[in-house]
Amino acid sequence: MIRVVLPAHLSLLIGRHGELTLIVDEPVTQRRLLDSLEEAYPVLRGTIRDRVTHQRRPFIRFFACEEDLSHDSPDSVLPEPVIRGDEQFFVVGAMAGG
Amino acid sequence: MASVRVLVGTRKGAFVLSADGARASWNVAGPFFEGWEIYHVKASPVNPERIYASQSSGWFGQIIQRSDDGGATWAPVGNEFTYDGVPGTHQWYDGTPHPWEFARVWHLEPSLRDPDTVFAGVEDAALFKSLDGGENWSELSGLRGHGSGPLWQPGAGGMCLHTIVESPRDPDRLFVAISAAGAFRTDDAGVSWKPINRGLRSGGIPDEDAEVGHCVHRIALHPSNPDVLYMQKHWDVMRSLDAGESWHEVSGDLPTDFGFVIDVHAHEPETVYVVPITSDSVHFPPEGKLRVYRSRTGGNEWEPLSRGLPQSHCYVDVLRDAMAVDSLDECGVYFGTTGGQVYASRDAGDSWEAIVHDLPAVLSVEVQTLA
Repeated sequence: MIRVVLPAHLSLLIGRHGELTLIVDEPVTQRRLLDSLEEAYPVLRGTIRDRVTHQRRPFIRFFACEEDLSHDSPDSVLPEPVIRGDEQFFVVGAMAGG
Repeated sequence: MASVRVLVGTRKGAFVLSADGARASWNVAGPFFEGWEIYHVKASPVNPERIYASQSSGWFGQIIQRSDDGGATWAPVGNEFTYDGVPGTHQWYDGTPHPWEFARVWHLEPSLRDPDTVFAGVEDAALFKSLDGGENWSELSGLRGHGSGPLWQPGAGGMCLHTIVESPRDPDRLFVAISAAGAFRTDDAGVSWKPINRGLRSGGIPDEDAEVGHCVHRIALHPSNPDVLYMQKHWDVMRSLDAGESWHEVSGDLPTDFGFVIDVHAHEPETVYVVPITSDSVHFPPEGKLRVYRSRTGGNEWEPLSRGLPQSHCYVDVLRDAMAVDSLDECGVYFGTTGGQVYASRDAGDSWEAIVHDLPAVLSVEVQTLA
């Protein structure tokens, strides 16, 4: 079971706050996690990554285990603590402003 | 008894303001979609319980929301806006070719005839249409493809299709306006388009009276005479008597003819409202006095309307989609400001009061007159 935390805007959009849990087929990659997330909540299609190219949107970041995974290959396996459910996978709206 | 519902889009959510026909006491519902930019909220004229909202974010992209109960509850519908074919390029700010890229929906125009049909004006400028209540969208690509598309260039706010006006007389006729390309018309339901900018003169482009390149801010018409169009251009207030074939300036005695909004009285086709803004570099009212100007002669002769509006130290802007009228016997006029006020007049503009004071910056105001 993968534990996912969405930013407030997207939690509002799906009408569910707090941590989500997803079942993701192995090997558990960023791509598979996002596929599962979008399958469970279709309204998220296009909000985290491009609908067609699946490129991460420019101001979206992925954090887990105190690491920034945003620039990892979408097909690289996620950290073991995330796969075990010990750590959360954070979808984050990049900090911006002044 | 009749009632009114004012639909307000802001930088941080949507609000629904409602009142009975007296328009003296207002109920405020919202924020809906808090934290999201709501560029536009507009109801179907055929089914007033159906309302569409454009919800967007620089972080999370575009969502379209729909309500089927007058704004009490909402559900997301389709948000896939894919340009038809190979999108090609338009001009970038520096004159270089730039690929067409979808950014957001600026304006939603529910059809005058069918509650499931709705048009969307988007950035980068294109027109989309849905026939199923916003679930699926397809581009009316004849607009971008008619020939001048590669010459279009963004205005300061982006290259947006922000105005969609359906002719109440002819179901195949639509007018749209694009910053900074100009106005366009189709007479065959969006298959083919032509620029309708003859008579416009814009100092900010190399050829002042070019066929395209004008920064049109807003177009309005009165349903009783859909060949008469009013336009607030970047600078200049314009009028056309022939469905956009030609335009002439009616700025007349306005203190400044820069502005964004323009609208027409519900019952008087020659009565027009604008809100003059100082200039393209100073986006607040002249002298810090917020004044609506009304012409009862289709332009040229304008009177300031200031009773109830702040007449000192007022430095707000009124954006292009942020004025609307109701159709009660005594026409109500409404506009929203970047300072978060929504002002209403129950007497066609003679006097005003703020029905809300402290919303986020207002992007759009629409009004429903309910039986």
